[in-house]
Amino acid sequence: MKDFYLIYKNLTRKKMRLFLTTFAIFIAFLIFGAVMTLRSALNAGVEMSADNRLVVVHKTSFTNPLPYAYVNKVKTLDGVKDVTHANWFGGYYQEPRNQVVTLAVDPETYMTVYPELVVEPAQLATWFATQSGILVGERLAKANNWQVGDQIALSSNIFSRKTGGQTWDFTVSGIFKGNEAKVDTGYVLIHYKYFNETQSWGGDSVGWLILTTTDAALNEQVASQIDTNFANSNNETDTSTEQAFNKAFIEQIGNIGLIIFGVVFMAFFTILIVVGNTMVLAIRERTNEIAVLKTLGFESKRIFKMVLAESCLLAFLGGLLGLGAAYVIVTGAAEQMARFLPNLVLDENIVLQALGYMLLLGLVTGMAPAIAALRLNIVTAFSRG
Amino acid sequence: MSSENLFELNNVAKRFTKGKETISIFEGLNMHIKKGDFMAIMGPSGSGKTTLLNLLGGVDQPTSGEITFAGQRIDNLSESKLAKWRANNIGFIFQFYNLMPMLNAAKNVELPLLLTNLSSSERKKQVATALQLVGLSDRAKHMPSEMSGGQQQRVAIARAVVSDPTFLLCDEPTGDLDRQTADEILEMLQLLNRQFGKTIVMVTHDPSAAKFASHTVHLNKGKFVKAEELMA
Repeated sequence: MKDFYLIYKNLTRKKMRLFLTTFAIFIAFLIFGAVMTLRSALNAGVEMSADNRLVVVHKTSFTNPLPYAYVNKVKTLDGVKDVTHANWFGGYYQEPRNQVVTLAVDPETYMTVYPELVVEPAQLATWFATQSGILVGERLAKANNWQVGDQIALSSNIFSRKTGGQTWDFTVSGIFKGNEAKVDTGYVLIHYKYFNETQSWGGDSVGWLILTTTDAALNEQVASQIDTNFANSNNETDTSTEQAFNKAFIEQIGNIGLIIFGVVFMAFFTILIVVGNTMVLAIRERTNEIAVLKTLGFESKRIFKMVLAESCLLAFLGGLLGLGAAYVIVTGAAEQMARFLPNLVLDENIVLQALGYMLLLGLVTGMAPAIAALRLNIVTAFSRG
Repeated sequence: MSSENLFELNNVAKRFTKGKETISIFEGLNMHIKKGDFMAIMGPSGSGKTTLLNLLGGVDQPTSGEITFAGQRIDNLSESKLAKWRANNIGFIFQFYNLMPMLNAAKNVELPLLLTNLSSSERKKQVATALQLVGLSDRAKHMPSEMSGGQQQRVAIARAVVSDPTFLLCDEPTGDLDRQTADEILEMLQLLNRQFGKTIVMVTHDPSAAKFASHTVHLNKGKFVKAEELMA
């Protein structure tokens, strides 16, 4: 720690240079934090996918419905553990702009296939027993201040009621949470049976099937079996793992990974050059001082460490400020974008990655000047000066 | 080896290679420096004064020959051991002071103490003593840029003596100062030699400065001129 004061004084000796370099690193980690959080939010569905969960959709388009009879047929296939289904309700609350993601599901099987959804047993039992009952995700409930027992009228922008109108009255039976923070709790689950019996358009069809296999190793075999089974029918299927399904869904808006990698890489590469160049110049300016320190008895490897520590300190200074700013921005944006990106969270994985990159940035930019300081010959340095 | 000799140079050669050419600075140089001595080394540019100072200070190593300090060979020490040896035994005073511009006077003086195991409070005490010795107690918090050349050189002297080394090496310590300030600095070196027993070797171009030393040796083209009488 005796050297820290020297490192600090060296770092802060030119205030404007320190400010500009720190600002460059600040920008890099601001971009990193924000962009990685966005990627993480977009990939949350992919990351949270269960290994043994498959999704069966209509081969033509996942917006086309499948016959309800497929549920029972799929159940009988080898390697299938549990099957459930879901229908897109197209819900909104009070006004069309207040969209509420609403799925009509079979409650018992849905909760079996999605064990990551956690509900108090009493609430779950109430929901199972109440056809007009709904299960609301915790985040959505908080956003709308919905409590258990509340009467909620949800409208559909797709379906109409047999009795007329597009609004259904529901009672909040329970509120579900995720077994971990990244589980999306921004939607509503309603009874398929209630929906199917009261809606006027079509019937006995499901939007998609979700099933679990007895062993993830059987996924491919089961998927192939399902698609073969319904081949040449009016409603051919396309079965994929939940992970592949979610990934394909996200990739409809472009190769997010490549775009993000490009942005982050360009930012980092630019910053690397700026900071590296600054460090080289800073150390070159100090050639005489390094020679003096060596003359006084400071060992070369100690000076090497001091230079590296200085560049790492600079990287962490700018990096932590940038990451902090990214956190503030992301937290602010999360509320605004909760409906579209429910998992916009700058989580500990991103923080750890950022800390790793800060260290890497510090080491890479400090290495060349540190080696130069390590190798600096006292006599040569003084003769230059 | 005489027990009074602090330094002994035996048959020392120093050569440099510049391109394909080998330049010889010293060949078979012999010299000894007695403990408590205040020696001035004079000579024209290129005579080898600074190279000799570098060899004595352990910042350069001879091409051949032996250099012993208090009976211990230093010419064959590793870079790391030489650094420790310098920290323990040598105080350096440079022509252009070579203070760290971002540190105040006290922090500059404290630098050699960072290489010791002294606590912060012990270091502060020693720094205060050293600054008092050079008459700059009231300038402890001043930055080098806020001090005159003479004051900066006093800080450099305080830095050289703060860890109480046996041996002081001065490279043109008054080369950048006016006459009056130069004399004050030289009187200070004399005081360190006479009252505190420091052995001092000072390279200078200035005959007036050399008069403050107890004796002067002359180097010319890598050889001592009239060295027999002066080193007797």
